Amino acid sequence: MDLFEYQAKELFAKHGVPVTPGAVAFTRAEARSAAEKYGGLVVVKAQVKTGGRGKAGGVKLADSADDAEAKAGEILGLDIKGYVVRRLLITPAADIETEYYVSFLLDRANRTYLAMASVEGGMDIEEVARTKPEALARVPIDALTGVDEAKAREIVAKANFPADVADQVADVLRKLWRVIVEEDATLVEVNPLVKTPGGEILALDGKVTLDENADFRHPDNAVYLVHDEVDPLELAAKEKDLNYVKLDGSVGIIGNGAGLVMSTLDVVAYAGEEFGGVKPANFLDIGGGASAEVMANGLEIILSDPQVKAVFVNVFGGITSCDAVANGIVQAFTMLAERGDAVNLPIVCRLDGNNAAEGRQILDGAEHGVVELVDTMDAAARRVAELAAAK
Amino acid sequence: MSVWLNSDSRILVQGITGSEGTKHTRRMVASGSNVVAGVTPGKDGQTVDGGRGDIRVYGSVAQAIKATGADVSVVFVPPRFAKAAVIETVDAGVPLCVVITEGIPVGDTAQFFQYAQNAGGTQIIGPNCPGIISPGQSNAGIIPATIAGRGPIGLVSKSGTLTYQMMYELRDIGFSTGIGIGGDPVIGTTHIDALAAFEADPDTEAIVMIGEIGGDAEERAAAYIADNVNKPVVGYVAGFTAPEGKTMGHAGAIVSGSSGTAAAKADALEAAGVRVGKTPSATAALMRDLLGG
Repeated sequence: MDLFEYQAKELFAKHGVPVTPGAVAFTRAEARSAAEKYGGLVVVKAQVKTGGRGKAGGVKLADSADDAEAKAGEILGLDIKGYVVRRLLITPAADIETEYYVSFLLDRANRTYLAMASVEGGMDIEEVARTKPEALARVPIDALTGVDEAKAREIVAKANFPADVADQVADVLRKLWRVIVEEDATLVEVNPLVKTPGGEILALDGKVTLDENADFRHPDNAVYLVHDEVDPLELAAKEKDLNYVKLDGSVGIIGNGAGLVMSTLDVVAYAGEEFGGVKPANFLDIGGGASAEVMANGLEIILSDPQVKAVFVNVFGGITSCDAVANGIVQAFTMLAERGDAVNLPIVCRLDGNNAAEGRQILDGAEHGVVELVDTMDAAARRVAELAAAK
Repeated sequence: MSVWLNSDSRILVQGITGSEGTKHTRRMVASGSNVVAGVTPGKDGQTVDGGRGDIRVYGSVAQAIKATGADVSVVFVPPRFAKAAVIETVDAGVPLCVVITEGIPVGDTAQFFQYAQNAGGTQIIGPNCPGIISPGQSNAGIIPATIAGRGPIGLVSKSGTLTYQMMYELRDIGFSTGIGIGGDPVIGTTHIDALAAFEADPDTEAIVMIGEIGGDAEERAAAYIADNVNKPVVGYVAGFTAPEGKTMGHAGAIVSGSSGTAAAKADALEAAGVRVGKTPSATAALMRDLLGG
């Protein structure tokens, strides 16, 4: 899960990384009172989980409380790469002498961590990596030994940090590594890390990605899930522990296993080309060992999406047996009917593998009138695209 | 022959007393695997009904190895205990450790992978994987043994259900070994490790490789194939129509920016001489074609 800048900085502060104070504002009035509190020059920063905020007009200086209120008005509601700005960070402007870049991230290719650091921070670091690769130091980090004093010094030396900041930067690096280890982060990035004219080192921005698999070690992390930033259907799915991603098309998709569901999205999109560009409405993986209840919950989420015109249930019974899936579908119909939402969209099912014959029999025998069984994945995809196009 | 797992393999199950561990132990036994021991800390001396007789539970991997000579461990323990379980297996010198557990923090995986690298004697498959099967010989994990029998195809896949789907599509031809390497960001066995093993295995005549969006493992596998693999390879990549920046279930399956897309992976594979199918059934047709129908 990606954090907002203000959340990242809270974690930095918790681990002793020097940051400027900040206040979150949701309205112009809140921006004004934060600016009054700090006095003097403040920065009004859009809080969105994407880069390029500055270029998009999402970061502005304000020299008074009136100005902060005006700037907040300009930034709130901006659309930055599809993310609408709903919250701002108001923070006192720091005097900047030099801008640096430091990060730690999980390096999938090498199956360990990587430190990256540059004395040419502030700008787009991907641009630096492309045009001046020698200016971006890359130091592999052993997952077991981590960043000790010697490793921090190695990063500082490799990136050519000047002697007057070497101790401070090494200290910041060790603290940022603690965010990786103690918070189970897979990315910690500071751009820029600045040196003030007074020689102080400060993290002026922060990006942190947390590993949701480690939530059991961090029960407090639930606060980072900001409800108004999540699609309501995705939120409802998350509350039921379903792996759901909202997409733009009209064919609801349910399957078991992330790979098979991804493959199903492709097969439906290919088949949809024949019917004027019918596309999948979502990704929904009910998992390898899905029960009847999980299937019912999944179907409920998909049917509550008004864009959905037809549904494709694509299950290969490995651990999940197909009769359990079929029972889930029948149960979901009952559940939905009891709440007055009778299922009236066509549902195309393809069941193969473990207990497929039993599963098909259950669906054949149930009196629902909306389920159509198709033998192969390709033929089922074509049929569901056809049904969605006809609606 | 076959790859890494054969009829001589002696399997121990870590987490055998849990519901998933017990259920899949019975499935493994039913498919003919030689499951010789279970391990659950604190339950030394208990037994688990394996369906064809009781399986003794030991309190530690070292004890189980000493008593039974097990050489493959299948790990079903819950995420929070998985790191310790794998480290115990490495310490006991088990040559193959198959980690089925889903939801292990990636920091834990990075640590136990590094630990195994330092120790040098244990190959890890997974985590978050369906395991490995050499049909008709042995099955270490949760791949349903009834899908396909023994044959000349080697299969390596990030995704469990796509492994099943592809085995099903090619069930009339059969498989030497099917390896589900798992979709997590850090995995112990890569496509390249599996390709190298299939290239060296006399029972494998052709290889099917299944990838999905995210990371650059498929691109690196393509480069490896170009230089090192002489056996024919057929490929499939899932996620052509996935939108950028959305995680699709597997922690690893995320597209961000221009690299890691299905199109880039398919292009890299084709440039290496791999024939890439647009769908699982089209991919199976390519393999069928290659083996002379």
